[in-house]
Amino acid sequence: MENKKESLFSARYLKQLTGPINAGNPVTVLVLGICPTLGVTVQLKPAIVMAISVLFVLTIANLLISLLRNTIPPRIRIIVQLTVIASLVILVDQVLKAYLFDVSKQLSVFVGLIITNCIIMGRLEAFALGNKPWPSILDGIGNAAGFGMIIIILAFVRELFGSGSVLGYPLFEKIGLYSVGYEDNGLMILPPMALIVVGIFIWIHRSFNKELVEEK
Amino acid sequence: MKNYSSFYIFIYASVMVIIVAAILSFTAIQLKPMQQKNIENKKMQDILASVNIESTAENADELYNKYITDSYVININGEEVSGKEAFKVNLKKELSKDTEEMNLPVYICSTEKDGKCFIVPVRGKGLGGPIWGYIAFRSNLNTIVGTTFDHDAETPGLGDKITTKEFQTQFRDKKIFDDAGGFVSISVLKGGKGAGNPHAVDAISGGTITSNGVNAMLEECLVNYETFFKSKGN
Repeated sequence: MENKKESLFSARYLKQLTGPINAGNPVTVLVLGICPTLGVTVQLKPAIVMAISVLFVLTIANLLISLLRNTIPPRIRIIVQLTVIASLVILVDQVLKAYLFDVSKQLSVFVGLIITNCIIMGRLEAFALGNKPWPSILDGIGNAAGFGMIIIILAFVRELFGSGSVLGYPLFEKIGLYSVGYEDNGLMILPPMALIVVGIFIWIHRSFNKELVEEK
Repeated sequence: MKNYSSFYIFIYASVMVIIVAAILSFTAIQLKPMQQKNIENKKMQDILASVNIESTAENADELYNKYITDSYVININGEEVSGKEAFKVNLKKELSKDTEEMNLPVYICSTEKDGKCFIVPVRGKGLGGPIWGYIAFRSNLNTIVGTTFDHDAETPGLGDKITTKEFQTQFRDKKIFDDAGGFVSISVLKGGKGAGNPHAVDAISGGTITSNGVNAMLEECLVNYETFFKSKGN
């Protein structure tokens, strides 16, 4: 609307979308949103629902804050952001309870934890407050995708080696790994291992993307 | 940066809060019946699952009415309490009352496979929150037909295994009274001691606190029904 001169999918805008997936990844580069990264990645299914919920909340919150950005008094901006996030999260929670009861049972307390996800607050504060609605939406989708991608891969690794299954399907049992003496790694299920695996992801990410390596 | 007066800030915050409150309460009220229905459906599914009847959210209502032939509320002395609906009893509230005042629900079920069964609810504490379930007994009110357990926030992959078939099928054919007729409940034991024991099952490795919770829950809840079981069973 405001950008009649510039196409909605110009290179500059697309960078908002793809940046956070690679060089500006909220988890592996900015090390934000670590609490849900540790909390919901024991199994794949909750991680996927968490990724979708964060996508919804972050995109809408970014849009709303961006629309309101010229009216929000700076002194209470954090409170305004929190109110917007918390309301959206409660909405998601209520809708899940009404339409996707099984999934909401799986996620239980973690839906509420979206409120405390620092990525959301961080993007509102750093981006949506100073940018127009359309780039804010793209930024929201991009960051949520960057976050979602990492937690889904992490959950896949942890469920596979921790419980020997993928999305609840007992893969290792079916291919007969247990009969040759393999055992699940109990450490994988515990939070410290999530942190170690995230560390390995960061290492892999930086070995592919040399720009991210700090100079000594 | 623009300078805002305190008055503007005050009005801004008030209006925002009122709008948000209106939206949220509207959604909550609109979705309430559906959420309530989901919770009831889940409860029916849990009750049916304890007698090994699989149901989905869609047919729970129908199957429940078909198999659950009767339900009533009893007190600690095994006498029926009139004027209470078993399905609407809030077990959490009842368990916090004095034993004399407890309303204890009993569901009667008749299945093709196991004949007449008695189903009683149980509730206790796990690691991260409450755990609860339903225990179905044969008509002798001693031998277990099946169980359902559920939880709010047990550790995924460890404590939450109480909801799996592997854990629950262990309970089948276990007995809560010993040969002399004394109440012994079902113990959840570590170290593979459960298999041959008629009054015990194996605990979940890595889920010790949840397993202990199930153990305590069974003992504390079933003991309330002791008089009822003894008077009705044979």
